[in-house]
Amino acid sequence: MNKILLGLLLGTVLGAVDGGSAYFTPAVRSMIVGIVIGSTFKGLIAGIAAGIFARKVNSVPLGILFGLFVGFVLALLVALKQHGYYFEIILPGSIVGMIVGWATQKYGALPQPKQA
Amino acid sequence: MKFLSDKALERLRGSSVPDLSGARYELRELIARGGMGVVYSAKDERLNRRVALKVLDSTSAAPELTQRLIREARILAQLEHPGIVPIHDVGRLPDGRVFYTMKFVEGARLDRFLAQVNSLPERLRLFLRICDSVAFAHARGVLHRDLKPANVMVGSFGEVLVMDWGLAKVFQGTYPSLETVLISPKKENPEKEETQSTVITGHGTVMGTPGYMSPEQARGETEKIDARSDVFSLGALLKFVSAHSPGKENAPLPRALKAICAKAMADQPENRYPGVPELATDVSRFLDGLPVSAYSESAFEKLGRFYKRHQVAILLITAYLVMRFLVLYFFHR
Repeated sequence: MNKILLGLLLGTVLGAVDGGSAYFTPAVRSMIVGIVIGSTFKGLIAGIAAGIFARKVNSVPLGILFGLFVGFVLALLVALKQHGYYFEIILPGSIVGMIVGWATQKYGALPQPKQA
Repeated sequence: MKFLSDKALERLRGSSVPDLSGARYELRELIARGGMGVVYSAKDERLNRRVALKVLDSTSAAPELTQRLIREARILAQLEHPGIVPIHDVGRLPDGRVFYTMKFVEGARLDRFLAQVNSLPERLRLFLRICDSVAFAHARGVLHRDLKPANVMVGSFGEVLVMDWGLAKVFQGTYPSLETVLISPKKENPEKEETQSTVITGHGTVMGTPGYMSPEQARGETEKIDARSDVFSLGALLKFVSAHSPGKENAPLPRALKAICAKAMADQPENRYPGVPELATDVSRFLDGLPVSAYSESAFEKLGRFYKRHQVAILLITAYLVMRFLVLYFFHR
């Protein structure tokens, strides 16, 4: 499996799980479907970005930092749109970004050089 | 006070500087002196390059030494591998001494090189490259029989070369052609009479380096020597490579690594690794944080190894779960 596909799948799954955890917050339980869809999409974007980055840069610490940055930015955009729940959205979003950034560095195949 | 030149010292020692008149090589300086011969740095005038020239120590060397040097050259010629020093030429000097030339390796001996390497994984990776070369030689039916830090060179570009195949022995390996080459040299070969036999180390002959040679080798039981004898030497080399980390001389070795050394250096050959690839596999597995065949670990050690191997992932997932719990607990009570 290549790094971009790995990032996409892992980001999607972790995004969905992260969004699903909103179920434990009674105040937003009624909006759970929208939250899960939004969080899944956020994870998908972060995963693809981390996968592309891992293809270009081969460094676990930099991959984690990149994941943190992408996760943070995407979560911040969502939180700004919500006008609230900053900690609840940004903190997990950033850590999910770090996990995806780490995984895409550690696993997934790099593209093979073309044969002459 | 008057200082003597290298040449004057050579004369006092009773061994003569090789006469290279008429040869394509120009002698430069003495590099090393071994039990069998002397290695000089020389310039190949024809190809205009630096080479290492190995020649017998004196013109009156015993015929078996001449035979051994030719044999060493032939063995080296068969072992074309990036980790084995390549031979360029073999011949006789005008003074009758047999010589051969090989690549001049610029770098440091393993023991000196390791003085600058602190990281254990880096040292073990270097050891694995030595294993590669020895495993290749075994696959070609050749035993080194004198593996030790002084016989490994690390080049200036990081290349690892196994040197000094003077005690090498040909055994019935999986590559029969080398045996044929050594037993049946071509008829036009001038050294024909000196290469009739591959068995030139008889029973009772002890050759090797104490501390690095296997017990059977130390007892002179040449017929019992096989790949496992080199495995023993590699075990001793592994112990040396792992233990002599600068500034960490007294640091205890990881138990699994200790067990690998102990298995490789078992007194009885049947208790050792059957071959170099098996030893290398265990060292690679140790490097990758996987269990090794030489050591059965406790559940606690397994857990520790699992944590060490997946440290980053475990920390990230734990951070996520802790953070989720804290957010739920403090913000949504």
